[in-house]
Amino acid sequence: MGSKLSIMLLTLAALTTAAQAQDKDKTSDIIARGEYLARAGDCTACHTAPEGRLFAGGRAMPTPFGTLYTSNITPDPDTGIGKWSADDFYKTMHSGRFPDGGLIYPAMPFASYTKVTRADSDAIFAYLRSIPPVNQKNKPHDLRFPYDNRQLILGWRTLFFREGEFKPDPTKSAEWNRGAYLVEGLGHCSMCHSPINALGGTAQSDAFKGGLIPMQNWYAPSLTSNREAGLGDWSIKDITDLLQTGVSARGVVYGPMAEVVHNSLQYLSDEDTRAMAVYLKGISEPSPPPPASSTLPTTESSLLISLGKTVYDKNCASCHGLQGEGKPPHWPPLANNQSIEMQSAVNPIRMVLNGGYPPGTKGNPMPYGMPPFAGLLSDNEVAAVVSYIRTAWGNRGTPVSAREANELRSAPLN
Amino acid sequence: MVRFLEGDGVFARYLALAVAIATLAAFDDAAAQTPNQPPDTMAARVEACTPCHGNRGEGTSDVYFPRLAGKPAGYLYNQLLAFRSGRRKYPPMNYLLEFLPDPYLEAMAEYFASEHPPLPPSAPSEVSKDVLAHGELLATSGDAGRNIPACVSCHGPGLTGMQPGIPGLLGLRANYISAQLGAWRYGTRTAKSPDCMQLVAGHLTEADVTAVAAWLATRPAPANPAPVPKGTYALPFGCGSQPN
Ligand code: HEC
Ligand code: HEC
Ligand code: HEC
Ligand code: HEC
Ligand code: HEC
Repeated sequence: MGSKLSIMLLTLAALTTAAQAQDKDKTSDIIARGEYLARAGDCTACHTAPEGRLFAGGRAMPTPFGTLYTSNITPDPDTGIGKWSADDFYKTMHSGRFPDGGLIYPAMPFASYTKVTRADSDAIFAYLRSIPPVNQKNKPHDLRFPYDNRQLILGWRTLFFREGEFKPDPTKSAEWNRGAYLVEGLGHCSMCHSPINALGGTAQSDAFKGGLIPMQNWYAPSLTSNREAGLGDWSIKDITDLLQTGVSARGVVYGPMAEVVHNSLQYLSDEDTRAMAVYLKGISEPSPPPPASSTLPTTESSLLISLGKTVYDKNCASCHGLQGEGKPPHWPPLANNQSIEMQSAVNPIRMVLNGGYPPGTKGNPMPYGMPPFAGLLSDNEVAAVVSYIRTAWGNRGTPVSAREANELRSAPLN
Repeated sequence: MVRFLEGDGVFARYLALAVAIATLAAFDDAAAQTPNQPPDTMAARVEACTPCHGNRGEGTSDVYFPRLAGKPAGYLYNQLLAFRSGRRKYPPMNYLLEFLPDPYLEAMAEYFASEHPPLPPSAPSEVSKDVLAHGELLATSGDAGRNIPACVSCHGPGLTGMQPGIPGLLGLRANYISAQLGAWRYGTRTAKSPDCMQLVAGHLTEADVTAVAAWLATRPAPANPAPVPKGTYALPFGCGSQPN
């Protein structure tokens, strides 16, 4: 009898250990999934300060209304979100509200995160609970009157915020829907790739239509128009290369998009990257013919363009090729490169002034770079070379003026 | 070999890297011929740096753009980390480095450290003999009364620096040296804690800075400009950039 009991007890003990081990496996699976999803949401870009502790916040976000400081989202009970429940966290992600109902500034991209499922929100929360707590008080925001009044967020919400989880489109493939979920939700791509209006909002109908990012002076192109960054005529491989490694046979990422690839997209699985590519290719729409809208008189343009060829052959052709063919993917082609032909010439002007490196990624750990020409070329030469690359080799951009080049010399570099 | 590696973690890392680079270099010729690809070399990868620092890191005519060639790799790496995080500020470089990973920055540091173009001829100085004499005194003997250690006590008797973290002070121009000392005095340049250079610069007056920068810039190139090996001499006090 006694021995039976002890065997039973032993078996029970063995079973509980097994169950506990299974639970533990399950928890660590959830935490790992949460970490992956936090990457997909690029939480670190905003919630980790340079040389700061992971997710301890305190990063300054300059906006047209003043400076916001991001929050500590480590599980510290006093200064972080250690006392939050999974419900509280979901409320922030889904509804843009603090646990007490207070309104969160839309600089936290809840307008996109609202599409995230409850299960994914819980996984991110489980992951955030598992990281080391950091005791660091949030820095108060430094916003100008009247923007320091959170009630104003109500107006923004009425205009621009549609609360609700992602609804799959049953007419589309599972892959397309997975891509849509990532791009519209955690990826918060529309936060930059939309025209930003005076209130700092994104109108739903304009989502993915492109816009100038305030304060940073980079243009985030439309992801729907093939005249901008619409990817309709890109191969799936070129798109996945671009998103995963930062370089591709068609073009490279730079500026704020380099940040997105560096901190977030390079970590996504092959399947998820492919799903995003399928979706992005799918949403591109044929565009109306380009409005002919150079503001420069014809004689001035043709002078600029012939000076531009001289500047180009001397300074640029060694990497980008005499015919703009480049040596892709490392030295991007400039012929038939949408990213320099767009209506807005902000990006190519800034590339010439500031140069750049694509992000170092697992797929491209030692990228090649482009030198800054701000100190080497005059405003007129910058305008000339940009006018040249926008119109040579069949490119369909328009010339730019020396004044436009001059204005971008003072654009912030970080 | 193994004992050698165990002895010094940092050195081992550079050694491993050097081996990797040497192996890479062996393939360079073949790679360089791949049609339509840029040469698979560090030289091609740092072309973004060379308009300001020179093709081999020898510096350019701009007096504020420093020479990089031959400085200790550990020192250069520390600077690249500081520029990437924005702790050391120069916006064009902060921007270029922002999304480059540590091993790549190490490879860049190693590349410029292993280049040895000749030092530039020393410039004739515009300051008076008295000022130069004051500069020489500070550099070689310091001023104990004002808590200023001799620069040579850390930067080496030949001012050529010490592996892995202390740079030589030759081949730099007076404007650059005084800008850097000024940056430490005003807190816009900081190094790993304890930041010994901050302590040193904090005790210097404007006049000291002018004098020591001018004197350093007049020094002729030494026969052997290479930084001396780690541990050749003891520092007067600890520096975070120079691990014991
Ligand atoms: C584009 C920048 C940005 C990104 C990306 C971002 N956040 Fe935020 N987040 C903010 C800002 C700014 C605030 C402060 C808002 C406020 O005070 O109203 C904030 C606030 C929060 C808060 C409220 C914490 C508190 O106590 O104040 C949580 C929780 C949070 N974010 C979680 C996340 C998670 C999880 C992700 C990734 C899935 C993420 N954030 C991505 C900018 C961002
Ligand atoms: C922080 C702002 C920001 C966010 C967030 C962002 N982008 Fe971008 N993106 C940009 C800017 C600026 C450019 C233009 C620079 C360039 O071409 O790399 C760009 C360019 C692109 C391009 C065109 C690249 C080329 O070579 O033509 C694609 C495609 C793209 N983004 C996709 C995405 C996707 C997908 C997401 C979401 C996962 C996203 N972006 C999120 C700012 C952003
Ligand atoms: C040393 C090689 C090199 C030289 C010289 C060079 N570039 Fe570049 N260029 C690059 C690299 C590498 C990139 C990718 C940079 C990035 O992603 O930040 C690039 C990117 C660009 C882009 C953005 C392309 C895209 O896909 O969106 C433009 C525009 C450009 N260069 C124009 C020029 C012009 C004009 C000149 C001459 C004034 C020039 N480049 C000189 C290497 C070079
Ligand atoms: C636009 C010109 C410019 C470009 C391009 C540039 N640098 Fe610099 N670099 C400078 C200047 C100016 C300083 C000194 C900054 C200061 O005052 O602290 C500097 C400082 C440095 C230092 C510190 C030197 C020392 O002795 O402390 C290193 C290392 C360095 N650069 C490496 C690089 C590398 C690697 C690249 C390319 C990825 C690069 N730089 C591109 C101008 C440039
Ligand atoms: C206690 C040791 C110590 C003493 C004494 C010292 N230095 Fe330094 N110095 C350093 C270290 C370490 C660094 C590198 C700091 C870093 O990693 O950024 C440095 C860096 C420098 C640099 C930057 C070089 C460059 O290329 O940017 C200058 C200039 C300099 N020291 C000048 C001086 C002068 C002048 C004196 C004498 C008045 C002096 N130092 C005394 C330790 C010392």
